[in-house]
Amino acid sequence: MESGDKVWEVFVQKKPGLPFKHAGNVHAYDKKMAIQNARDLYTRRSEGRALWVVPTEAIISVPLGDADAFFDPADDKAYRHATFYDVPDGVKHL
Amino acid sequence: MDKFEKAFNEIIENDLKVEPRDWMPEKYRQTNIRQISQHAHSEIIGMQPEGNWLLRAPSLRAKQVLLAKIQDEAGHGLYLYSVAETLGISRQEMIQQLHEGKAKYSSIFNYPTHTWADMGAVGWLVDGAAIVNQVSLQRTSYGPYSRAMVRICKEESFHQRQGYEIMCQMAFGTPEQKEMAQDALNRFWEPALMMFGPHDADSIHKNESMNWKIKRESNDHLRQRFIDRTVPQAHYLGLEIPDPNLSYNEATEHWETSPFNWEEFWNVIKGNGPCNQERIDHHIKAHNDNKWVREAAAAYAEKTENKVA
Repeated sequence: MESGDKVWEVFVQKKPGLPFKHAGNVHAYDKKMAIQNARDLYTRRSEGRALWVVPTEAIISVPLGDADAFFDPADDKAYRHATFYDVPDGVKHL
Repeated sequence: MDKFEKAFNEIIENDLKVEPRDWMPEKYRQTNIRQISQHAHSEIIGMQPEGNWLLRAPSLRAKQVLLAKIQDEAGHGLYLYSVAETLGISRQEMIQQLHEGKAKYSSIFNYPTHTWADMGAVGWLVDGAAIVNQVSLQRTSYGPYSRAMVRICKEESFHQRQGYEIMCQMAFGTPEQKEMAQDALNRFWEPALMMFGPHDADSIHKNESMNWKIKRESNDHLRQRFIDRTVPQAHYLGLEIPDPNLSYNEATEHWETSPFNWEEFWNVIKGNGPCNQERIDHHIKAHNDNKWVREAAAAYAEKTENKVA
């Protein structure tokens, strides 16, 4: 990459109260340019009223090879779901 | 077969999406990089024939619309460069490949735009053909490419309509305007059909791309869909499709056309089209002329970004 050029991930909030959603990324040299480029690229048709930009390098994710081991502790814990439990017939509001 | 390859095959088989960090065959990666970068370059180079008319648009409304369309093309180029970057190539490398002639873009943009009616024909036929292709690519197996296509199709729906609106204004205008509309159709008809690429029998990348579900429908199939949609639109305008052999086959319910001039197609691909040199020279010039802006932005970021708030 050319010196100074950075990639930033873009998150757009469609309306107040909704979660920010990953929209894509932009190239920019600094924060202000990143947020302006994100506006021009991802909200040309009023797709959102709030934006976050985050340097891509700041995002941490689980290495591909470790994913199985990393997530499998959740696989055998059905008791974390409401459907695991028996509800007696006739009992309401549970 | 290791577990990663098995997982990849299952994704393809079950019509799921391959994501950037999934394992994928090197050839799958390279094929996607080639196709996506070519698609990105087409969006960017495609701004030039339209930019040619920006300062000569016949009304303020026409100018606003054209400007919005060109801005969309820039955006689409950027989405697609981003998609290609997820496969491990940088935007700078892609632009370098374009400048060195190693990466291609759609040949259609190597034809000049002589009159305002050409802006109509480009929106109607060139964007129309691109939309048929891109709608099909919404189902491509590479996730980021598929999502970019969904977004691009949504935004491009106005491009074809604004082109057809210009065609209507010209075709139903003065005799001179109608003549310009017919002339634009004459020049863009066959190049637009050739945008879908060689016939299936001659397409070198076809089988692999179809098996990996990078392409979902064949060139000839998509081209036929475009022809069947477009011929009645031309008839509405009272314009003649420039093909003496055009005929409707009642049995297949398809319009049939003459064989295309593939010699010209390959000639333009090889770089001998009317505007190949001009398009690349212009891109290189703009890139080099703006070097100082990139340098200034880098210097400014260096000064301001590391300051303690």
